Amino acid sequence: MHIKKIQRLIAAASISLSVSAALMAPGVASAQGTLRIGMTLADIPLTTGQTDQGGEGQRFMGYTAYDALVNWDLTTADKASDLVPGLATEWKVDDADKTKWIFKLRQGAKFHDGSEFKASAVVWNLDKLLNDKSPQYDPKQAAQGRSRIPAVASYKAIDDYTLEVTTKEPDAFVPYQLAWILISSPAHWEAVGKDWNKFALQPSGTGPWKLVSWTARERAEMVPFKEYWDKTRVPKLDKLVLVPIPEAATRTSALRSGQVDWIEAPAPDAIPSLKQAGFQITSNGYPHNWTWHLSRVEGSPWNDIRVRKAANLAVDRDGLSELLGGMMVPAKGHVLPSSQWFGKPQFDITYDPEKAKELLAEAGYGPDKPVTVKVLISASGSGQMQPLPMNEYIQQTLGEVGIKVEFEVVEWNTMVNLWRAGAKSDQVKGANAINFTYFIQDPFTGFIRHLDSRLTAPNGTNWGWYNDPEMDALFQKAKNAFTPAEQTKALQEVHEKFVNDALFLYVTHDVAPRAMTSKVKGFVQAQNWYQNFSSITVE
Amino acid sequence: MISYLIRRLLYSVPIALGVSLMIFMLVHLAPGDPISAIAPADAPPDVIERLKVDYGYDKPLPVQFALWLGRAVTGDLGRSVATGQSVSGEVMSAVGNTIMLSLCAALVGFTLGAGLGFVAGYNQGRLLDKAATAIAIAGISVPHYWLGMVLVIVFSVQMNVLPAVGMGPGGSSDWAWDWAHMQHLILPAITLAVIPIGIVMRTTRSAVAEILNQEFVQALRAKGLSERHVLGHVVRNVAPTVLAVMGLQLGYLLGGSILIETVFSWPGTGFLLNTAIFRRDIPMLQGTILVLALFFVFLNVVVDLIQTAVDPRIKRA
Repeated sequence: MHIKKIQRLIAAASISLSVSAALMAPGVASAQGTLRIGMTLADIPLTTGQTDQGGEGQRFMGYTAYDALVNWDLTTADKASDLVPGLATEWKVDDADKTKWIFKLRQGAKFHDGSEFKASAVVWNLDKLLNDKSPQYDPKQAAQGRSRIPAVASYKAIDDYTLEVTTKEPDAFVPYQLAWILISSPAHWEAVGKDWNKFALQPSGTGPWKLVSWTARERAEMVPFKEYWDKTRVPKLDKLVLVPIPEAATRTSALRSGQVDWIEAPAPDAIPSLKQAGFQITSNGYPHNWTWHLSRVEGSPWNDIRVRKAANLAVDRDGLSELLGGMMVPAKGHVLPSSQWFGKPQFDITYDPEKAKELLAEAGYGPDKPVTVKVLISASGSGQMQPLPMNEYIQQTLGEVGIKVEFEVVEWNTMVNLWRAGAKSDQVKGANAINFTYFIQDPFTGFIRHLDSRLTAPNGTNWGWYNDPEMDALFQKAKNAFTPAEQTKALQEVHEKFVNDALFLYVTHDVAPRAMTSKVKGFVQAQNWYQNFSSITVE
Repeated sequence: MISYLIRRLLYSVPIALGVSLMIFMLVHLAPGDPISAIAPADAPPDVIERLKVDYGYDKPLPVQFALWLGRAVTGDLGRSVATGQSVSGEVMSAVGNTIMLSLCAALVGFTLGAGLGFVAGYNQGRLLDKAATAIAIAGISVPHYWLGMVLVIVFSVQMNVLPAVGMGPGGSSDWAWDWAHMQHLILPAITLAVIPIGIVMRTTRSAVAEILNQEFVQALRAKGLSERHVLGHVVRNVAPTVLAVMGLQLGYLLGGSILIETVFSWPGTGFLLNTAIFRRDIPMLQGTILVLALFFVFLNVVVDLIQTAVDPRIKRA
């Protein structure tokens, strides 16, 4: 055993004796300008570039330490955030060949190790994910990144600051896809002996924060990268400390006892008392939806649009909001009403149980013949909010109009596998719906992956085996809309069809509540899964 | 004694092998797989397949077991699927943190447990006995994670005198024996000590009461020995039983408490196991459980040896 450990053990013996004295001493004050955040994650996200652990991983370890070619605008709270130049200053598709994209890259951007960012670094990073023959190929990062850039067929550096990307077919969503890909430093990887595990300990990106130290499951410390290319995003804080605290009650205690200044996702029932104790609670809608994804395989009751519409009209979302302490945005569609893609759907999703009963009667159902559905739900899971009480609530409100709901409760990891398996799989045991919450930040994750007829299992996650040539045509139209205005219009048409055909049971959008001490200033909660920590100060 | 020790150590080899096989089977029987846990939920099948190959999960289970065991006997427990860091390094660091916490808890628990037990046994049937027994029953019955949360609410949230989570302002990597760090030990150690207090107290109480009723105690008193010397004899006779129980309790404490370590975010083996289970980090799970199982085997040997040393009646042929 290590000498240090032995010293710890010897000294440990003396500690318990000092318990009573310890109780009387005051706590430790934190340094000025340090922000300590209690994350919901159980571990520090992967630090090498492509982060793991979902949106929260990317929020804290992705867009802090790294940049993508295309970034998200995280500066405003009152509108849906859109793409902005990152390590690429501009991009455009070739007029003659819509599969060819040219990205003009930023000059003067530097990695944390001091090396210069050039087009060759982008090629190197794409090889890291896509080319398993390249020495820098990293299975862990590939696991996270490969599926995010399905359109990319090939890429090459034209010169130091120009990159050409060729896609498999015309796809206007390439910039959204590349916003996932975070650029690590090739020079630093060489310097640490071409070893990703060593790189993980001392990572180097071009982001506004430099990761200076981290201990698995305990903490990560970041300091500002003063030479960051975007001077408006050079952090004002001295230090950012990330602390994984997966247990919600423990997270709240850590905030109340002054061990952290900010916690992600306080439990809804703790929010009123936190407010009363003088903590700030911030929240905002963001591209998240909590739905039941409906099965459209033969025999599913959801194949009848009247049943789908009836279910959407039967959910009392205001009552649900009360259950969640107001920490939700009632769903009016697939995306938030503030989204640029919302459009003008004709079907108004509201609470109208009488209309719901009428629709069910029209469809041949009634008190003597209820609609019976079986739904896969999980007891917990990434982005699932409070799945058990929420589903029980929905079960009750649907039951009131004549939709009888049975649940199959599974563990989260199993749920992910059932989601991949699709509604036709024997594994789902005849379930007619799955309660799976969605990251809906870009057109592919928001719309296409759920309902493109080519993306049924095992090729994708069109769970319900939905197949409508009209929807496929709308997707194609959006993919071929290369100007922002055309693209927005095409995606609005897509969304209008999502809502008008009541293709999901739309329930709610999360609002990402955060609790922080009154000393934390300058935070703007963007309508995004990621956030900007550069504007924050701690008094 | 030496031959006994060697024999005990040799016995541990088949036990360790059996434990390894059981661990491997149980971990793989659990639903879910590490690739599902590390890949994004919507990763396409070709990415999943490729990952299985990259991590060696495409091979049949017996082959995976043989490969793992081959590396494990050389001390290489592989790399964490989640973090890419060495499992041995992570487990040893967590074991160190758990040992620190459990030794503190053991010191508190054993001292109070044995002390209260002795007082109760000596004063059997009196008020002191009843009070001590009530403490013991409460210690065994109270859910310790609940007690942990209550202590946090009282001492961290309301009184703000002790930290609620973690292992110091800079975490375990810059641990120092100063107040800023040591205060992090107090609440988890007290919470963890509650169960051993109860169990050790009850064992000591019944052992002391039993010994006090034996004839040799009367003989000692009849010989005119002072009560202090009589008690010295009682303690020596009670010691083997109490030590055996303490050894087992220490084993449980050293195994790490998933609940306590999670409630206090203490970076020990319990917290490590919890994280590994939820992330389906199979190499980490296997490595941690194996190290803990071997630890138990080792502790049993140590307890046997101590018992032999303090009680000459126990002969090891």
